[in-house]
Amino acid sequence: MTHLAYLVAGWGIALVVLGVYGFGLLRRGRRLTGQVPAGQRRWLTSPGDDGRGG
Amino acid sequence: MTGRRDTTGSAGSRLLGVSALVGVAVLLLFAFVLTDPDVRVHPTTGEEFGQFDAVRLLYLHVPMAVLTYAAYILCAAASVGYLVRRTPWWDVTAYAAAEVGTVFCGLVLVTGSIWGRPVWNTWWEWGDVRLMTTLVLFLLFLGYLALRRTTVDPRHQARRAAVVALVAVLDIPLVNRSVEWWENRTLHQQSTLAELKIQDLTLFTLMLGFVVFGLVGAWLLLHRFRVGWLEQAAAEHGVAMAIAERHAELDMPDVDAAVGDAGDGP
Repeated sequence: MTHLAYLVAGWGIALVVLGVYGFGLLRRGRRLTGQVPAGQRRWLTSPGDDGRGG
Repeated sequence: MTGRRDTTGSAGSRLLGVSALVGVAVLLLFAFVLTDPDVRVHPTTGEEFGQFDAVRLLYLHVPMAVLTYAAYILCAAASVGYLVRRTPWWDVTAYAAAEVGTVFCGLVLVTGSIWGRPVWNTWWEWGDVRLMTTLVLFLLFLGYLALRRTTVDPRHQARRAAVVALVAVLDIPLVNRSVEWWENRTLHQQSTLAELKIQDLTLFTLMLGFVVFGLVGAWLLLHRFRVGWLEQAAAEHGVAMAIAERHAELDMPDVDAAVGDAGDGP
């Protein structure tokens, strides 16, 4: 296989960055969930909202 | 739609995540094992030319470029929604899409540079109009993300960010059409996908790349939205708690003492 170092670098960097970013989101989510009452963890609706994003 | 109480996961997001992981594994199989390298033979000299195995980077680079467009267009659409409706849902969606899009845009620049070294014999070409417009797009949205971190009134911040997003997204047509509008000022070839100049397994693997990175992008967007929603809820909850504590202090029998205690604080 030609250009193996470029392939490993390109795919490796992309997958590692996406993995680290995704893992970071999960960690941030876990930390924040503890700070918010269960009733306010509804993702698509909020008090006074019609639930359709508007 | 909520899942376990201590995470931003849900049954749907977990299914999406597993699908994305399986998809990445299948894509790697196609990209590295089942597809052939790009090797063509010159009709007169018989010399081999093409991208050889470097073409395998395009199964990653091209889908991420399209996802960058999609994320930024979603950010702009949500920004319009925010300016019209002024509700947090639109603002959180715009912020989430901008952040995910910027991760993809950064990776597009990096993987494109890594692909360019063996194929174009250069890491970067300052005169290439597509590279430059993509870099400008990346910097514009880095500015957007920096603006989101400023400590001003959240409503003002959201309104300013929405306007910045609507200006920044105007660069996308320039990035996309640059290879046609300034064809002599770019190393990039014109669209091979729209004109179906690639076929069979190469085309299939590229399409698979769109699906797989679409799943990855959707998973990231979903969780980034939920994190943004929680950040906002946590801030509101903190303010509500502080107000409740203050009211509790003022309801004390000795109100003067409560006010005096609060006034002694930082």
